[in-house]
Amino acid sequence: MFHVKQRGRIVVVGGGHAGLEAALAAARLGAETVLVTPDPAAIGAMSSNPAVGGLGKGHLVREVDAMGGALGRIADAAGIQFRLLNRRKGPAVQGPRAQCDRALFAAAAQAEVTRAGLTVVSGEVVDIDVSAARVAGVTLADGTHLTAAAVVLTTGTFLGGVIHLGHRQIAAGRMGEAAATRLAGRLREAAFAVGRLKTGTPPRLDGRTIDYAGLQPQPGDDDPVFLSHETEVPAAGQVPCHITHTAPATHDVIRAHLAESAMVRGEISGPGPRYCPSIEDKISRFGDKDSHQIFLEPEGLTTDLVYPNGISTSLSEETQAAFIRTIPGLERAEIARPGYAIEYDYVDPRSLDHRLAHREIAGLYLAGQINGTTGYEEAAAQGLVAGANAALSLAGREPLGIDRATGYLGVMIDDLVTQGVTEPYRMFTSRAEYRLHLRIDNADQRLRPMAEAIGLAPRSPAFAAKQAALEGARTTLRALSLSPTEAGRLGIPVNADGQRRDGMTLLALPDVTLATLVPAAPMLATLAPALGAIIETEARYATYLDRQKEEIRRLAAEEAETLLTDLDFASVAGLSAELRAKLAARRPATLAEARRIEGMTPAALVLLLALARGRPGRRSA
Amino acid sequence: MASRDDTIFALATPPGVAGVAVIRVSGPEAVRSLALAPGPLPAPRLATLRWLEDAGDRLDQALVLRFAAPDSFTGEDVVEFHTHGGRAVVQSVLRALGSLGLRPAEPGEFTWRAHANGRLDLTAVEALGDLLHAETDRQRQQAISGVSGRVATLSEGWRDTLVEARALVEITLDWADEDVPEDTAPAVRTRLTGALDRIAGALAGGPVAERIRGGFEVALVGAPNAGKSTLLNALAGREVALATAVAGTTRDVLEVALDLDGLAVTLVDMAGLRAGGDLVERLGIDRATARADAADLRLFLHAPDAPLPEAARRLARPDDLHLATKADLAAVSTGDLAVSGATGLGLDALSSRIAAILGERAAAAGPVGHARQIGHLREAADAIRAAIETLETDPPEIVSEHIREALRALERLTGRAGPEAVLGAVFSRFCLGK
Repeated sequence: MFHVKQRGRIVVVGGGHAGLEAALAAARLGAETVLVTPDPAAIGAMSSNPAVGGLGKGHLVREVDAMGGALGRIADAAGIQFRLLNRRKGPAVQGPRAQCDRALFAAAAQAEVTRAGLTVVSGEVVDIDVSAARVAGVTLADGTHLTAAAVVLTTGTFLGGVIHLGHRQIAAGRMGEAAATRLAGRLREAAFAVGRLKTGTPPRLDGRTIDYAGLQPQPGDDDPVFLSHETEVPAAGQVPCHITHTAPATHDVIRAHLAESAMVRGEISGPGPRYCPSIEDKISRFGDKDSHQIFLEPEGLTTDLVYPNGISTSLSEETQAAFIRTIPGLERAEIARPGYAIEYDYVDPRSLDHRLAHREIAGLYLAGQINGTTGYEEAAAQGLVAGANAALSLAGREPLGIDRATGYLGVMIDDLVTQGVTEPYRMFTSRAEYRLHLRIDNADQRLRPMAEAIGLAPRSPAFAAKQAALEGARTTLRALSLSPTEAGRLGIPVNADGQRRDGMTLLALPDVTLATLVPAAPMLATLAPALGAIIETEARYATYLDRQKEEIRRLAAEEAETLLTDLDFASVAGLSAELRAKLAARRPATLAEARRIEGMTPAALVLLLALARGRPGRRSA
Repeated sequence: MASRDDTIFALATPPGVAGVAVIRVSGPEAVRSLALAPGPLPAPRLATLRWLEDAGDRLDQALVLRFAAPDSFTGEDVVEFHTHGGRAVVQSVLRALGSLGLRPAEPGEFTWRAHANGRLDLTAVEALGDLLHAETDRQRQQAISGVSGRVATLSEGWRDTLVEARALVEITLDWADEDVPEDTAPAVRTRLTGALDRIAGALAGGPVAERIRGGFEVALVGAPNAGKSTLLNALAGREVALATAVAGTTRDVLEVALDLDGLAVTLVDMAGLRAGGDLVERLGIDRATARADAADLRLFLHAPDAPLPEAARRLARPDDLHLATKADLAAVSTGDLAVSGATGLGLDALSSRIAAILGERAAAAGPVGHARQIGHLREAADAIRAAIETLETDPPEIVSEHIREALRALERLTGRAGPEAVLGAVFSRFCLGK
């Protein structure tokens, strides 16, 4: 047993995507950081599907990347197939996705640990030491105490994890890895608002037993778009995925064995997500659909394992084997590892503030699935925020300020801490009010300057050059002033209204590109195509962005109406008992935060505003 | 900072001598006011006769009513004292309530609390105001429909349709990689045009609803000495004059507010219209012309000795009435109706004609009749139109932006933000997820 006493140490509990990103962020900000995990060799494991990114998720990875985070770099290093989703739709709703080689992914993650010089301690945290409502350290299973000024909890599915496989129930955090059962018990004892959630994973197939001949291949993009702003070429060999579908016979087998499903038997208390239900859920809930799509995703270049995305299940191993073989291409497929459902504890994220810090226990931060989210990207993004805020707080500095108008990260954290979760929370672009502004092409412009300024991301000369080039192009375009006749000469038809138009205005017109304007402003020809595309996007969305900017400004003005911190919500008359209870539970720091509480009425906001301003509310009927 | 954890009281009936006065108490400590009416706690919603006492002094004998939260007007505990309506009685009860530590209510505070407690949405609050000011049957009917939440109910329906439309757009964006319909545009269009039709219908009935609430304006137009004032006074004398005539904007305008068959109607008699005159007079005439032009109906007065000037004739519209005035003086020459303010000839017929014409228009009244409500509804309609337009020309994320704006306008209409229901609509409709 050893005691380490040092001021200002941050202990990160958990070595998943949230834990890794939290530890790296804290270390980048100069904090002494220790990552504790039962199995250091498992850092960088992909518990679920071997892919990173997608819509909303790809946005989050870009934001993590813009702030010096590792997930984008790791995914790119391991990428064996890159696809930009929604390529044919607008730039605001395009998201990059990478199919990853598990081994390369883990190796790249481990390399990040080494590169950052992180201290990794092998052990199971069984308790969080709290003294006078402040974190003092953690206790490991072997009795070791690690003192800490801040603790970041990233327990993923390990907290009270129970695997359901047919009729069997196994206490585990991942198949074959012990659950954090004692810590879960301690958190419940300590009266944390703990709930249960469920997720699932499909069986892994032996690729050598799959007949790809009749299946539709899904190749990667010819001109790949990467998850990190800095990646330029794929590092690994590129392979396709394949698509198959469930058959009527598949549904018959599953229907006949529905009674095996832990969900159906009611043994799982936690709700699963509505958007990636198990195959048995899909079949019982959407009975009229006679086929469901399955993506056969290779788990890597050096393994034969294949991840059949779309058929997560908790049915028995025998039933899994039976229904798999009814699927075209999988008639002779062997299951290497069965799928299962896993149920785990999460802490109501409404007990956190926007720093992801616990409201009651100073120095305690929570990130990832423990906050009710699902997905590597959501976890990593929260990890970065929690780790950075822990380090900033210990240094007596301002927390990261990423609001809904600045990043998907801001949307996610705001949703979590103000609304809570009723199912595992996943990022969707439709959750963002400022979607047209929150794009993958400007994640660095939105977040990197702030991250560099506080030391979270290294100064990047390449980024500075990019910013300068973009600003130069914008200035040139704004300075451009063309009459309708002059525009006509460039092949741009505009109304002969005598109005002169600037370059940005012309660029917003259909079929006008930067190339169209080059004769009038030769400087534009020197702009790199990728940067040109950014400018074209800005012009294209300009009207909407202006409108949104105005909304953002209004929101910011509202944010400034900070509620009195000592406001006793429980005793505010004129509010419904329900609202009073919600306010008392969440203690919104600002009016804007209060506004997003479910069931909040404008009248109640008027009342809160009046209280904050210290004058009685007046209103005539 | 004043604590809001307080209980308020106020006289709910007009001050002055009356048979009965109602004093209302609302708030968490409302029951404490029953100290004035010693006896067992009255059952909720049951009138109880009690003596009111203050320090041994009998104030009055009153009916006492108790409402338990949330089943009350304000959603809080409420106690009402129905006392005799004398000034000294009311003052003594109010004084006693104040000495119990309760606070006199600010103007409108009961309604405001009802809104804050979710008992009334914004449109219902507005309708309640209308109901308190309603003087005619049609005003009352329209206000009652608003108080009962008609606009909020309609708005919910429009909102549901728009949420569905947005879900159908989002399905092609956030779930592009899934087994979802490639092109949802036709289904989106159906919903958008459906919502737009219904909102446009409500908007079309807006101006009429506004008229029912604020009163139709009927302008008397004629040359000086055509008999306008005589006619005005005669009509005012025969019909029920309303208490609250709309305040005139110019001094040379006479107004009389009447209840014509349940409709509030303001008769306006303006400066005579004629050419020439000095500058001040011409300004008056310009204003009169504009006002007459903006009125809902014009009565053109043709007198044998004061023919209608040409400028006035140009204001005539199909529904307008032409009256042969001073019918007692000369044979009827021009116009639809012969009237005489002096003898009362034709006045009943005139009233009926006006009521019939306006009544027909009033039948087209929509549910939304406040400028604020109409404004938000217009915003919603404009945003839906933009969404429909961009459905043809722009990528889906732009369409979605416009639908979101329409949804926000509806939230402003009722003052209630609904839950973010788009994801729910998506998941209930499509099987998603890998």
